[in-house]
Amino acid sequence: MNKKQKKVLIRIITAAFLVVIFSMLPVDGYLKFVLFMIPYLVISYDILKKALKGIRNRQVFDENFLMAVATVGAILLGDYKEGVAVMLFYQIGELFQSYAVGKSRKNISELMDIRPDYANIEQDGQLERVDPDEVEIGSIIVVQPGEKIPIDGVITEGKTTLNTSALAGESLPRDAQPGDEVISGCINMTGVLKIRTTKEFGESAVSKILDLVENSSSRKSKSENFISKFARYYTPAVCCSALALALLPPLAGLIMGAAPQWGEWIYRALTFLVISCPCALVISIPLSFFAGIGGAGNAGILIKGSNYLETLARTKYVVFDKTGTLTKGIFEVSGIHHNSMEQEKLLEFAALAESFSNHPISRSLKQAYGKEIDQSRVTDVEELGGKGVTAKVDGILVAAGNAKLMEYLKIPYQECHHVGTLVHVAIDGVYAGHILISDMVKPNSAEAVSRLKKSGINKTVMLTGDADRAAQQVAENLGVDMVYSELLPADKVTKVEELLNSKGPKEKLAFVGDGINDAPVLSRADIGIAMGALGSDAAIEAADVVLMDDDPLKVVKAIRIARKCLRIVYENIYFAIGIKVICLILGALGIANMWAAIFADVGVMVIAVLNAVRILFVKKL
Amino acid sequence: MKKTYKIDVDCANCANKMEEAARKTEGVKNATVNFMTLKMIVEFEEGQDPKTVMQDVRKNCKKVEDDCEVFL
Repeated sequence: MNKKQKKVLIRIITAAFLVVIFSMLPVDGYLKFVLFMIPYLVISYDILKKALKGIRNRQVFDENFLMAVATVGAILLGDYKEGVAVMLFYQIGELFQSYAVGKSRKNISELMDIRPDYANIEQDGQLERVDPDEVEIGSIIVVQPGEKIPIDGVITEGKTTLNTSALAGESLPRDAQPGDEVISGCINMTGVLKIRTTKEFGESAVSKILDLVENSSSRKSKSENFISKFARYYTPAVCCSALALALLPPLAGLIMGAAPQWGEWIYRALTFLVISCPCALVISIPLSFFAGIGGAGNAGILIKGSNYLETLARTKYVVFDKTGTLTKGIFEVSGIHHNSMEQEKLLEFAALAESFSNHPISRSLKQAYGKEIDQSRVTDVEELGGKGVTAKVDGILVAAGNAKLMEYLKIPYQECHHVGTLVHVAIDGVYAGHILISDMVKPNSAEAVSRLKKSGINKTVMLTGDADRAAQQVAENLGVDMVYSELLPADKVTKVEELLNSKGPKEKLAFVGDGINDAPVLSRADIGIAMGALGSDAAIEAADVVLMDDDPLKVVKAIRIARKCLRIVYENIYFAIGIKVICLILGALGIANMWAAIFADVGVMVIAVLNAVRILFVKKL
Repeated sequence: MKKTYKIDVDCANCANKMEEAARKTEGVKNATVNFMTLKMIVEFEEGQDPKTVMQDVRKNCKKVEDDCEVFL
């Protein structure tokens, strides 16, 4: 509790104590009034002051003013105890709210606490702690066991195991050795590391992620906007009804010749005023979303705004990119066929021709080739999107790519009877054989697809640039409903657009990709989910939801967290509005008194806040 | 141009009111108040000086909610 809260707590205790004592004294009349004014002023002086200021600033409908009117009214009617009690409970509610909000604010920020506080720099044999902001690119930093890596870089000295749990949500130890790139936010577990930084602190993974998280809830959801709009009309509407309730029935009574019963109707109107504060709703909705984003963050799922939680909860179509999403994206050369030259020679030509490309296929070619690649041997590189590359290697024209490339170059080629991705190679315009590359399916992919179906996803779709046969086989193994194969990057956008047009307006479509080459699709889908943010800036930029590791089960988890969050949001909306409306009706009929009104205001708020905090528990989802 | 400011305010409805007030301030294109992170993100109109505009934003916020603060 902070100072402000403690002060309020002391006032609450004092006032409550005084009220109890005074209610037991056998006093009446003016003396009773004077006695009860003491706890009343103790508990409400700041509210009264704020109410006066509010009137001066023409803010008539703020809750301070309403509370002041309601309690002063009750006291004037002679209900001293109720007047003090309303203010007392109002203050208790406010205190609870500010305590709970402060607490969850702290909890949630701790969940996401990956900010490194310092970096060690070696100077004259001594380690010196400096602000990570001050470390320039290319500096050597020292990271000791147990410390967080503060800035992205390359290891120059030392071997260790890294713990990525703070970033990825679960602990998968990763071995690292000299020459490996490491990202900030990982915890160095075993050995002392020397790292040459390759980025500034502000550009490092950890800063980007923190930035994303901190700005996340500024994109407001429809429910949040609905609530702020609702609050804007609710309070004035209830106040006007209160005024009508205080004046109309007595006046009607007067006209009809009956007793006006001013006291009774004014009391009912005051009950209205106590219920008029929209606080329960206004606090619980953003708190729910904030907790949802925080809980997801703790599980290694970054959600860029509460509007995306809303969309995610209504997702009915999940479209996967195949490579790097459902499959590992690590291709291995599994065979070389129909070759007119030595296998190694063919592989060398293909690896060199593809050496400027970052595509997973070219990486696996390089890996299979296994030797240092001398890029100076390669000239005139031309990448043909979705087809392959042509380049000159040692002055000889090499074309490496899929069947489309061969057709485009009008070179006759041989099909393969194995399933996998084929890289056809033509040298000097003559077909020289093909290299068979196969991709491995991730161990959790099939499980993820079946869990998605179980949780009510209408359709799972797989998009890929691969050959139809390879795609069909993977799709069958995983159990996805639809496959579109042999797509160029641009075709993926078109396919997603087709799917977007064919689904119902309330059903949302999520696209899951690895952030490489599919940024346009990520932004075109209702919600773009990027996998494996560890290291990919493009993914963090383009997607609405970022999964810190590349486990497809996280997609299921993200959707479940979003649904739980939205369920709680709706529970709170219906519950709070429902109770308030019921109490308003009962109050108008004279059944609910001011005590019920206090429950409708403070009690509902407390329950709604506690319900919202429930979202933080996402481990079992 | 967008800038982020730290704020202090006690209740969520007051945060909504601050957002309204900031939006209505001259020179402000759009404003969002995030009650949970206690931040105000203000988007300024072209050619406006954030410093002078923010003075007005702060004044307007104080008008609707006495007990708030915008740290400039």
